[in-house]
Amino acid sequence: MNPLYPGIKNDSSPTDLAAIPVVEYNVFSDRVSDLLKDGSKHCIAYYGVETSGHLKFYCCIADDSDNCIAVLSHQQKGNHPVLKSLTPGCPQLHIFEREIHENFGVEFEGHPWLKPVRYPQDRYDKSKNIDNYPFYEIGSEELHEVGVGPIHAGVIEPGHFRFICNGEKVLHLEIQLGYQHRGIEKLWIERKDSLQRCLLSECIAGDTSIGHALAHAQLVESLAGFEVSEALQIERCIALEMERMAVHIGDTAALCGDIAYQLGQVVCETLRTTIINTTQLWCGNRFGKGLVRPGGSNYPLSNAVADEMLRVLADSGGRFDEINDRIYSLPSVLARFEDIGKISEKQALSIGAVGMAARTCGIARDIRKTHPFQFYKYFPIQPVMCETGDVFARSMLRNLEVRESVKIVRGLIEIWRQKDKDTKKPVYDYTLKPDCFALSMVEGWRGEICHAALTDTAGNIEHYKIKDPSMHNWLALALAVRNQEISDFPVCNKSFNLSYCGNDL
Amino acid sequence: MLRELKILRSHGIQYVKNLRTQPVSELFRGRPVIAGNLSPDEINEIAGLCPVYAIDKEAGSMDLGKCVFCKECAFRQPDKIRFTNDYRIASNTREDLLIKPGVEVPVRIDENKVRKEIKKFFKGALKLRQISAGGDNSNEMELAATGNVNFDAGRYGIEFVASPRHADGIVITGPITKNMAVPLQLCYDAVPAPKIIILAGTDAISGGLFAGSPAIDRSFLDKYPVDLWVPGNPVHPLTFINGVLDMIGRKTNRMKS
Repeated sequence: MNPLYPGIKNDSSPTDLAAIPVVEYNVFSDRVSDLLKDGSKHCIAYYGVETSGHLKFYCCIADDSDNCIAVLSHQQKGNHPVLKSLTPGCPQLHIFEREIHENFGVEFEGHPWLKPVRYPQDRYDKSKNIDNYPFYEIGSEELHEVGVGPIHAGVIEPGHFRFICNGEKVLHLEIQLGYQHRGIEKLWIERKDSLQRCLLSECIAGDTSIGHALAHAQLVESLAGFEVSEALQIERCIALEMERMAVHIGDTAALCGDIAYQLGQVVCETLRTTIINTTQLWCGNRFGKGLVRPGGSNYPLSNAVADEMLRVLADSGGRFDEINDRIYSLPSVLARFEDIGKISEKQALSIGAVGMAARTCGIARDIRKTHPFQFYKYFPIQPVMCETGDVFARSMLRNLEVRESVKIVRGLIEIWRQKDKDTKKPVYDYTLKPDCFALSMVEGWRGEICHAALTDTAGNIEHYKIKDPSMHNWLALALAVRNQEISDFPVCNKSFNLSYCGNDL
Repeated sequence: MLRELKILRSHGIQYVKNLRTQPVSELFRGRPVIAGNLSPDEINEIAGLCPVYAIDKEAGSMDLGKCVFCKECAFRQPDKIRFTNDYRIASNTREDLLIKPGVEVPVRIDENKVRKEIKKFFKGALKLRQISAGGDNSNEMELAATGNVNFDAGRYGIEFVASPRHADGIVITGPITKNMAVPLQLCYDAVPAPKIIILAGTDAISGGLFAGSPAIDRSFLDKYPVDLWVPGNPVHPLTFINGVLDMIGRKTNRMKS
């Protein structure tokens, strides 16, 4: 452990606030720049907290090589402080500094573009609103702009994409989000009821209900000092893998749909249905809402459900392999996937890409392996990797991860059968350790989910920070479509499948 | 070609033949049933527990337009409250989403209250524009699933279309965020009349968990009548399709040839 700042572990006990040294901003900048200078570490959260006229900042940097997370802090007096931006040296911090600027009016000198993140209702500067956002203009008579959104042609969430094109070629894509902002972080503090918080966690991004609900449950368990049985930990990992498989298969369907390969689309649609219907068999909801709760479970896995799960995985897994063999043997598919929407390893590292976006550029970021949680601590997994950083890599990664998840679920069920089963019900009435900082990370299907909480002297949650992996990865999409045909945008967008509401909160 | 045929063969028939009666898993949280003998103390307990204040403290009735189907009330009072797997819970009147203790009746469309032009113009085909206004993407995915090979609402001419100009109405998901208030209005205005409004999911019907959040703006709903309320968290594709079929007055289950 570094004496300069505490190094904490994922899914472990909370840290006393007093153990997190609050340093001068120049010391903070030096340490952060030093930590982020090589690719083995990345920033998982950096945010501000307003307390009685002060702004206190927390920055968490994960070291993928030794499972440690460094927590650094600095504090500023009064509102509207001016700080030297760290983004020029560490581009991955761009989004966090933008968020801090938007929420508190902090000026970051030298930041290339303090573009709004989500226009939250409690933003610092209310004179500006999302309806008259000034998009970047290039002022050329030879180039043209294409605006898409906020409402899209498909049945998807809203967000605005503004392209600057030279003919059919995209020179620049600007993404403006915020349309989905529901004020979740604020509600978290206002709604003290712990059941409400569980339900809110499932709605952060409804396509990742299990991932976010698990991040929340882990955090509560850490702060309340709950132990959960190994059987329940295994069940949670199984649920997370089921979610991963369902979305990956659905995305494969959508990718096939975007390139008009209808057989691939319809086959994968039905396969996704079989997986989510199995989750529904387990807990009564196709998205697993209600399945993950702190302290226990309302839906303990039964042998009958486990048997059915294995049957479905054998059947659907086999059919998924069959269609994938066909998809990746078709020149007409490969021509639309290969070398399209490419980002390099260097770009991915510099923007701090996580999850699938990182692993498809050869960066082994997978929280299940690098900062293991729940039963992954005892069931090591090997991250699936692709190298080419294009649409092909992102679709192939899904194919390979589904195969891997099938194996993981089979392995987990085998171990689960030998464990003592837990009959504990969820706990909604608990006291949390006071004056603490706690952090919880989960590898959802998109990538790294991070929830962080601060408790006050009475043990109430004083501040709750949510980070969906999409926060990091939206910029990857903008970079991927540069110099591409604008007609390739839909397939590029789908290949990342990032969350709008997870970003907007 | 032979490989394609082989793939088709290993998949067999995947579409749901009868969308009216297709069984779903027993645990599916659909229409709740509340016993008539709930004591005032029990009502108080579950009303206090409900995270979205869907249970009336006096009457013990449950508002499906507010319910997020977490089932915690049924876990607390398993002998008095149960959630059946009846997924046909859409209605064209807000009042019919109220489940009263001791009354076990299906939630249905009141045909007499359906606007005349809906049956006249949309019975054969209904094209809809979906607007997500703070939806968490689970409702959006379920609505998209209504058109997939399994549910295939397209067999009845029910489809989501890309442009409001091609649509007969809008389907709103999400609690309606402030940041989506203007785009929602623009989109609705772009739909030619006569047009309908469907609210899909608890968030859209009442705000759900987000009711009262300063980040939402539901004033759009004060201006126009709602034609169909489809509860769910998220809405099940079968709930949506059955609700729409009942609203447009399609009785038959005959497939189009």
